[in-house]
Amino acid sequence: MTQRSRSHDAPPKKTDMAVMLPVKRKAHDPFRLKLTPWHGVFLALVCIFTTSYGYATTAPEVDSIRTVMLRWMPLLLEGFLFNILISILSMAVGTAVGTMLGLAQISLMPPIRHSSWFVTQFFRNAPWLVLLFFAMYLLPFEFTIAGVTIPFPDWIKAIIGLSLPVMANVSEIVRGAVLSLPSGQWEAAESLAYTRRQTLWLIILPQCVKRMLPPWMNLYSILTMATVLASIVGVSEVMTLAGRVLAAEDGRTDLLAPLYSFVLFLFFVYCYPIARWTVYLESKFAVKG
Amino acid sequence: MSWSDKEPMISVRNVHKSFGDFEVLKGVSFDVMKGEVICIIGPSGSGKSTLIRCINALNDINEGSILVEGLEVNDPKLNKLELRKKVGMVFQQYNLFPHKTALENVMMAPIRVLKEDKKEVETRARALIKKVRLEGKENAYPGELSGGQQQRVAIARSLAMKPDVMLFDEVTAALDPETVGEVLVTIKELAEEGMTCILVTHEMGFAREVADQVYFTDQGLIVEHGPPATFFENAKDPRTRQFLSQIL
Ligand SMILES: Nc1ncnc2c1ncn2[C@@H]1O[C@H](COP(=O)(O)OP(=O)(O)O)[C@@H](O)[C@H]1O
Ligand SMILES: [Mg+2]
Repeated sequence: MTQRSRSHDAPPKKTDMAVMLPVKRKAHDPFRLKLTPWHGVFLALVCIFTTSYGYATTAPEVDSIRTVMLRWMPLLLEGFLFNILISILSMAVGTAVGTMLGLAQISLMPPIRHSSWFVTQFFRNAPWLVLLFFAMYLLPFEFTIAGVTIPFPDWIKAIIGLSLPVMANVSEIVRGAVLSLPSGQWEAAESLAYTRRQTLWLIILPQCVKRMLPPWMNLYSILTMATVLASIVGVSEVMTLAGRVLAAEDGRTDLLAPLYSFVLFLFFVYCYPIARWTVYLESKFAVKG
Repeated sequence: MSWSDKEPMISVRNVHKSFGDFEVLKGVSFDVMKGEVICIIGPSGSGKSTLIRCINALNDINEGSILVEGLEVNDPKLNKLELRKKVGMVFQQYNLFPHKTALENVMMAPIRVLKEDKKEVETRARALIKKVRLEGKENAYPGELSGGQQQRVAIARSLAMKPDVMLFDEVTAALDPETVGEVLVTIKELAEEGMTCILVTHEMGFAREVADQVYFTDQGLIVEHGPPATFFENAKDPRTRQFLSQIL
């Protein structure tokens, strides 16, 4: 008889969060990016087609769409790099804080466990844009520590704002991964006189890393796409720049399709390999168990 | 608190244990002297696992006393780490750490928990792996080993902590029949070297061969015990006789 009895030292198991068990995350997941190569082909075609179509119909005295696009592409690329920078920094902050929060969720001390659970649920279920506004308008534009004034530009606030939902999701990923390990691992470690902290860092978490990697990468793709929200609060990322390009070209409507499909194409080129790699890792780990 | 090996190494007195309203142990008592090997047999669900898990405080108890070398297990101020350094345990499901090689599995606890010198631990670990007849498998990961091999690594891992007593909970129950023997041989050698052992097992032939005392549990109580010859030939309790007749 296989008995999965838990000792009082093992982490509490909450089954209501079973959704977050990362290994079980499969295609039904509504938060799952489902990019296919066709998305990219479609976007590239729209971009090219609308560019050349516009060329044929524009009056000779204004610049052709192709000229306009070529003129602004370096700027748009630069803006996109800024999106990537925001995404990487938000991910780093969110992962660091989220890991701590996730571990707090399996703490043996009920106050820590419950408050970290609440924080996680609060930020996980809040719309990202609201969190972004929250960070934008509640954080000061500068603050002073020991006489030194540190400016707090919008883009840093955006990073903080976006790292909040990342933090909450990472917290759930960590918690789910820890709870998905068989309780026998905890018991074996306990019987060998490891402390709880040693068990966590030497035995449990190293085994969790590969279970956490696919959902973590999926989260990163979603975050990357969400960085355009920063345009709403005025950060000069790619969407903001696309809007400025339009304004600089006197709001020509024939520029809309090529411009925005180019932006979409940039996101596709960046996110698609990540999505493929995630799927690959998932299948690899699924086989090995 | 001083314990001498004239006294029982483990003394279990009137232990009660409930999970919620369900009383699994209803007053169990027995003693184990140093160097003794005792086997606990009994039907599934009779509380055998619970009983031996109480000895190293993987389960706490509601009532009674368990003394391990004079250390009271049923004491809120118990230093569990100190207790667990004395008591080794091997599980039915091996529970090796899958991300570590066989050698690392054996070496980790002495280095991390006992803070021993890495070189010395490695020498000891290699000797233990040889002792459980797994020479050449030092760098294999648990996933690459058979059940019987994994279980022998688990025994070596436990022995590396130099425990005074070993607990074995149905350690052959999950194994393929052809690998059961190799694990039993390892345990038998251990017993012959004088290791104090408490075994939960369904291997009656083995119990008869190695045990100094056999205990039969049913519904949370020890209903019969004795040296194997008496126990297996002249069981008095009808439940024991019925159980033996089904199994033998
Ligand atoms: N952690 C637990 N929580 C609740 N019930 C448990 C737990 N562990 C064991 N039990 C119950 O206690 C009884 C005895 O279990 P166990 O000690 O595993 O018996 P055995 O090892 O003799 O088969 C069983 O009915 C089992 O379901
Ligand atoms: Mg059992």
